[in-house]
Order: sequence, then structure tokens, then C-alpha cells
Amino acid sequence: MEPVTYNLIGAGLIVIGAGIGLGQIGGKAMEGIARQPEAAGKIQTAMIIVAALLEGLAFGALFLGK
Amino acid sequence: MKIVQRSLKCLAIAILMFLPTSIFAFNAGEDGGQVSGKQEVEAYIVHHLKDSHDFNLFSYTDDSGERQHFGVALPVILWSSEGLVTFMSSEFHHDDNGHVIVEKDGLKFTKIHSKIYELEKGATAVSFDADHHATNASKVLDFSITKSVVGILLIGLLMLFWFSRLAKQYKKKQIPTGFGRILEPLVLYVRDEIARPNIGEKHYRKFTGYLLTVFFFIWILNLAGLTPLGFNVTGQLAVTACLAIFTLIIYTVSGNKDYWMHILWMPGVPIFVKPILAVIELVGAFIIKPFSLLVRLFANISAGHIVLMSLIAIMFTLKESLGVVGATSLSFVLSFFLLLIELLVAFLQAYIFTMLSALFIGMAVAEHDHEHEEHAHEISSDVEDVRGDFI
Repeated sequence: MEPVTYNLIGAGLIVIGAGIGLGQIGGKAMEGIARQPEAAGKIQTAMIIVAALLEGLAFGALFLGK
Repeated sequence: MKIVQRSLKCLAIAILMFLPTSIFAFNAGEDGGQVSGKQEVEAYIVHHLKDSHDFNLFSYTDDSGERQHFGVALPVILWSSEGLVTFMSSEFHHDDNGHVIVEKDGLKFTKIHSKIYELEKGATAVSFDADHHATNASKVLDFSITKSVVGILLIGLLMLFWFSRLAKQYKKKQIPTGFGRILEPLVLYVRDEIARPNIGEKHYRKFTGYLLTVFFFIWILNLAGLTPLGFNVTGQLAVTACLAIFTLIIYTVSGNKDYWMHILWMPGVPIFVKPILAVIELVGAFIIKPFSLLVRLFANISAGHIVLMSLIAIMFTLKESLGVVGATSLSFVLSFFLLLIELLVAFLQAYIFTMLSALFIGMAVAEHDHEHEEHAHEISSDVEDVRGDFI
């Protein structure tokens, strides 16, 4: 296989990992909001921060692998 | 009543955001009418992501087969081996492969892949080696007013106009009018939801100015990137790196004693762990934090632009298989919905950048309770009380 293909496989793996992570964060946040709707604002903020950190990691990996 | 007011505000923002969408979709149809091959589309997208020395709105091939460009030439300012050299970018005649050579003050310049090179003495044409690197030309310091610089200056002036007008209206104790009505809730949002909870009641005032500037700068430039003007300012590594370095400087300079203590000599851990933690914390504070800020913004905006332009390119690449009407309508629908997502991303990235900046500054200025060791017992009993309420 050519090296380009490996790059693409790596990118796919990164996206799978980030997808699982984002799904976990989003799902748990939804659960939390459903349990305690009055804390929705705080949960949302925390969720966005964690999602941003995860996204930074995923983009960093994609960026370095390019 | 408050709900009505808020929904009206949302509606105003939504309409304002829809305007560029419709114009963009309309203009894209006319743009680059001759783009056909896959390579040509790719070259077009790569070219768009880079900064350019002229402000090109669109180009087409006329009946006689000549490429016509429509746009504005921008000044080129170079610091060459013999000092300052200036000329207009139109002298390159839209050449990007080193074919056109501009002679100024006895020096020869040429442009290869959006970078300006100075030819060596006596050379009349650029020669390339096997990897397509110029062998007889060297890079010069480039201070040109490029397209991104124009974007930054334009948005800067607009922000100066909008916010000084808003401030003037508050001084006269008026209700803000015009665009100020959209800015006001956002200013309050940044102050009350981002700065205040993350930095703390005592210090937030000092940093709100920076956070507001960064928020509106990124947000408005992200939106400008979705207009047919085709700015890609926040998708330039240099711009996002500069913004991240600002945040780095601010939280490094304003860090208090406790912050440095926690970085260099973490309290409350065994002594042999302290040096290891110091290395990790130093790398985190000076490399990882700014790097994550700059890469996130850059990658999000660039990725958005690439996907958007690829979807617009569907109308050229799928013309044969779907027909003109089919390909155009498919590309229109897809790019329209992607633009809606991009409007959200434009706001979200500005929000996240500001939010994380506030968080980092908040970590640096946070005041620790020094007696927490003595009070630890009380606090833990408090926690148990709260738990007891839940169970």
C-alpha cells in the first residue's frame, strides 16, 4: 500500500475515536440534563468545554498526521 | 414579554446571518465558470485556503480564450537585500508560477505559490530543481497588505465604528439602535457567562476587554469568511497562532504566586513527584494550551471552507452524470445546509476560544484558600451533609 493510504486509515481511526468520545460526552450530558433540567446551562457549558478539548486533541492528531 | 423580546433578537440575528448565505450561493454559481476537472477544483480550493497578494473576486475565460480576472490589486511591501521595495500586486499579472518577473530598483522579484522570491543578481528566469524548489531565488521578508490583512483591517475598522457608536449611545443614556442591539446581548453574554464565572468576581473586569475583543474579532471574521468576499483569515495559522500567543502572554503575565507555585513546586504531593509534575505543568502551560487553542480554530475553519467549496464544486464535477440542473440543485441544497452549520460553527469557535482563554486566565489568577488543610475536615463533613440530603 502507498503511504497516503496509511494516512487515510489513521485519519479514519482518529475520527472513530473522536466520534466515540463526542457521543459519550453528548449522551451523558443529555442524561444529566434529563435528570436535572434546572442545571442544563451549567451542564451545557461543561459539555462544550470537554468537547472542545477532545476536538483539539483530534485535530492535533489529524494535523500532525497530515 | 421577555420571551418575545428574545425571540425577536434571535430572529434579527438569524436574518442577518441568512443574508450572506443567499448571496454566497448565488455568486458561487457564476464563479469560475470554466472549472471542470478534479485537479482544477483541488487547485482552486488549495489556492483559496492560502493567503493571496491580490483581492480576486472572480475570474472567467472570455471568448478569445483569455483568462479575465475581476478584483482589486493590493500593495506589495518587501524588505529585500537592498531595503524597502513597494509595488502593486497587479504587476505580477495573476501569475503564480514564477513566469512573470517584476523589476524594481534593479532587483528582480517573482511569485511562486503565493510566496514572493528575489532572484539572484544576473538571473533572468527562475530555474527549478527536481522537487520544484527555486534554485536561484531566495525568499524575502514580506510585509505586504495581503487579502487577509485587508480583512483584518476592514473588520477592525468596522468593530471600532460599531463599538464606539454603542459606547456613545450608552453615554447619552440611550437604548442602543441599529447593529448595537445585536451586539449588546452578546457583550453581556461574554461578560456574564464567560468572564465572570471563569475568572472570578474579583478579577474579571480587567480581562473582559480582551475577551470581548477576541470574541468579536473571531466571530465577525468567521462570518466574513462565509461571504462571497472569500476571506479565510481565521483559517490562517499565523492569525490563530498570534491570537493564542496573546492569551499565553496574558495568563503568563497575570499569573499570581499560587499559580507559579502550582506549576513549579506542586504542593501536597510526595517530593519525588514534584519535579516530574513541574515538567508536565510547564509543557502544558507554555506549549499545549496555546497549541490547542490555535490548532482548534485553524482546523475548524479550514475544514469548513474545504467541505463547503467541495460541495459547491459538485455542480462542476457531477455535471456530466446528473445534468446541469441536477448537479446545481444538489450542490445548492447541500451547501445551503452546510452553510447553516458553518454559521453555528463560526459562533461556537469564537465562543470556545474566548471560553478557554477565560478558563486559562482564571486558573492563573485564582486565589487559593491557604487554610484549606485546617478546614479540610469541615468541608468533607459538609459534603457528607449534602450527600445525606440526596440519599
